[in-house]
Amino acid sequence: MTAALGLALDAALCALILGVALAVVAGRGVFRAVVFFIVYGLLAAVAWVRLDAVNVALAEAAIGAGLTGVLLLAAHGRLRRAEAAQDLAHGMPWSAALAGGALAAALGWAWFEMPIPVEPGPELAEALPRAGVGNPVTAVLLNFRAWDTLLESIVLLAALIGVWMLAREGDWREPLGRPQHARPGGVMAGFGRVLPPVGLLVGVWLVWAGADHPGGAFQGGTVLAAVGLVAVLAGVIRPPWIGAPLWQGALVLGPAVFLLAGIAGAVLAGGFLTLPEGFAKPAIVTIEVALTVSIAVTLAFLVLGPPEAEGAG
Amino acid sequence: MSALLACLVLPLLGALAAVALPRRAVAAVLAGVVALTLVAAVGLAVAVHSGGVVRLALGGWSPPLGIALAADGLGAAFVLLTALVMAGVAAAARDEMTPQGAGPRAAFGFWPLMLLLWGALNAVFLSRDLFNLYVGIELLTLAAVALVAIGGRAEAIAAAMRYLIFALAGSLLYLAGVVLIYGAHGTLDIDLVAARDAAAPDGLALALMTAGLLVKTALFPFHVWLPPAHASAPAPASALLSALVPKASFVILLRLWFEAMPDLGTDRALLLLGVLGAAAILWGSLRALVQARLKLIVAYSTVAQLGYLFLVFPLAGGAAGAQPWTAGAWTGAIFQALSHGLAKAAMFLAAGLFMAAAGSDRLGALRGLARVMPMTAFAFALASVTLISLPPSGGFTAKYLLMTSSFAAGQWIWALVMTLGGLLTAGYLYRPMAALFAREGGEGVQTVARARQAVPLVLAGLAILLGILSAAPFDFLQIGRPEAAEEGP
Amino acid sequence: MAALSIYALTGAALVGLGFFGLLAARHLLRRVVAFNLIGSGLFLYFGAAATRGAAPDPVPQALIITGIVVALAASALAVALVVAQVRAAGRATLPEEEDAP
Repeated sequence: MTAALGLALDAALCALILGVALAVVAGRGVFRAVVFFIVYGLLAAVAWVRLDAVNVALAEAAIGAGLTGVLLLAAHGRLRRAEAAQDLAHGMPWSAALAGGALAAALGWAWFEMPIPVEPGPELAEALPRAGVGNPVTAVLLNFRAWDTLLESIVLLAALIGVWMLAREGDWREPLGRPQHARPGGVMAGFGRVLPPVGLLVGVWLVWAGADHPGGAFQGGTVLAAVGLVAVLAGVIRPPWIGAPLWQGALVLGPAVFLLAGIAGAVLAGGFLTLPEGFAKPAIVTIEVALTVSIAVTLAFLVLGPPEAEGAG
Repeated sequence: MSALLACLVLPLLGALAAVALPRRAVAAVLAGVVALTLVAAVGLAVAVHSGGVVRLALGGWSPPLGIALAADGLGAAFVLLTALVMAGVAAAARDEMTPQGAGPRAAFGFWPLMLLLWGALNAVFLSRDLFNLYVGIELLTLAAVALVAIGGRAEAIAAAMRYLIFALAGSLLYLAGVVLIYGAHGTLDIDLVAARDAAAPDGLALALMTAGLLVKTALFPFHVWLPPAHASAPAPASALLSALVPKASFVILLRLWFEAMPDLGTDRALLLLGVLGAAAILWGSLRALVQARLKLIVAYSTVAQLGYLFLVFPLAGGAAGAQPWTAGAWTGAIFQALSHGLAKAAMFLAAGLFMAAAGSDRLGALRGLARVMPMTAFAFALASVTLISLPPSGGFTAKYLLMTSSFAAGQWIWALVMTLGGLLTAGYLYRPMAALFAREGGEGVQTVARARQAVPLVLAGLAILLGILSAAPFDFLQIGRPEAAEEGP
Repeated sequence: MAALSIYALTGAALVGLGFFGLLAARHLLRRVVAFNLIGSGLFLYFGAAATRGAAPDPVPQALIITGIVVALAASALAVALVVAQVRAAGRATLPEEEDAP
């Protein structure tokens, strides 16, 4: 592809992204805003591919567009009664427009003023061979900046406990989410039997490949969460109760293994979260597998929402 | 190093255990985690006191590749404050946050959320990495919002929602600044940022990060989310939210303006922060003066008390960095944060006990409670002494240091604001005090166990003790301070 | 570099647009969507900045993935709060701020 054609493609893609984003913000109706947001997420994933960031593209498509979209759609479905509420403030909110415009202009100005840094180029090139995995993004996530990733996996857990705190007092012992009823033999039930094995394979592949190719625990965990949700919708799996020991264990497995591996590093290798060179690869794979389990379960529970009794509004 | 590690890891492990283990086991684990983390926090303070700044490069990778942690006087002091408040709140909530006492939902959620909050606070107080700080304050925010939502009623949910919207807007502004820093300098480490070659977008980056953190610290005029959120959470949660959570974003502000980018502290920017702080003192106090519910008075008082912290910027920031009065201003602001933390935790816990006894926190319902609950009423009065800044409390030391610095710096206007703030504080605390110590009332209230009444008393007492023993903490807070080395007494 | 500038400026515009939406929208679900636009635009800007050097820098990619996951966690809590708010108060907006100075 010639440079000019590539540039035209980039410009067209960005124009499309901006147009869709405008529809998200200013279009009529909340439902349309949500649908346009999902379209936006898919376009953004394409932009990430164009920027040579396939790892991010996978995350944006699976998490940004997919899972966030499902969350928003599910919530919208439950808000129909409140739909009459106004979308935007009356008239043109000039102060908001001014703030948004100033922010965009400031960032645009900064882009042309920003020098290109020399760091962390040399340090990174020197350290990568010792990181234990071939995918540099995975090396950053699970080795160089493992503390970020560890905290991030706990952020998901905090969000889930927060969501559970929104259950009504009487519903606490009910299964998670709204009660689902799939017609036996219906489309959803059939779908729910065919899709999970395929999705399971894709999810496991993403985690396994993530060591050396684009992918990883978060992308793979998201696919597995989607598989679980389809299975719940189809009535193949029944959502658990809060406090079911196996599921609670699955929720904390990843962060727990990560923390304990970090402590083991402090005891055996001289530093918290230190992975000795020979053990780095198996350690990272172990942590990733455990993280994937927890991420998948946590994400699926986040989408299901707090426990709710049959027939509750 | 092991104490530092324990402060980070123990609360998080405890939170995981509180989610996964059956109810009966949780209580024992909880007691162990609280005790051990408190010991670790004391151990860290001792290590910093005797050996200076404790540093740790995570994973053995030093910046710019890896994340560095460090416990200086500032960080270790806040880790210790957090441990004391957490231990107090855990003791006070032990009988309340049970399935019988608060329902199974709150009893399940409160403990892991409290421990997650603890882990997030320690992570923020000790981190030297701007992006890691972002992840830390996000964990803090989500746990804090969830603690508000535990309240359960419609007003608590609306308050939690508003809190989340403000906090997320703040996070993204902060993150935008971080992106500009990394884009221009390829590093996120505070010490490497301090040694950077200046670039044009640095000022914008600092402005964005500061704006975001001001929203999270609830500085006037970004405070509107705080009073409803802190007033509608259960009392032990309110104690954590008011005493500790805004301090995390304040500490990041200190790190940005004094450690990472002190070169960008222009007089005008520092003055603006001071003016907003002064406005917070006056506006928060005036709003507290007209509230009819005790928890709202205490929450608006937080808005006002947080204002004092921002006087540190015009008094010690920028070119004033190496002046003789800066050590006083710096220490005064941190003293204010520490003593407010202890006193405010005591006040909210006391308010919770009054509510448990009287069934309401309307001032009219509190009349005469001091005769039934003298210990709690005394704790409330003792905490008030710190907030009004009467000697010998920690609040007195804080405002004394800030006032002498503002006279030495020739910026007497701040002293005037502080004097006015002190009078207003006395005014808004007089109303609940007059109700509590009224001669009539107090009949037919529920009795509250002595052990539960002791906790606010201990915390309020610690705030007084901070003032009495102010010499040792004064030196401690200078450890690792950027200008402390080249400065006379 | 020209292509990178296009992506960076698109990112900047998305941040502004999202910020406008977050401030101007009344329906809470719209505000959650706007929050996600800001984050996504900021990441695009960051991604473009990281691709300027001779070799692409994997650190921003890792930070962006972390950021996307954190944004999802926040969105999940926000969406659940919206549903709870509607259930408790019957409307998907917040009561007006009484304390605006």
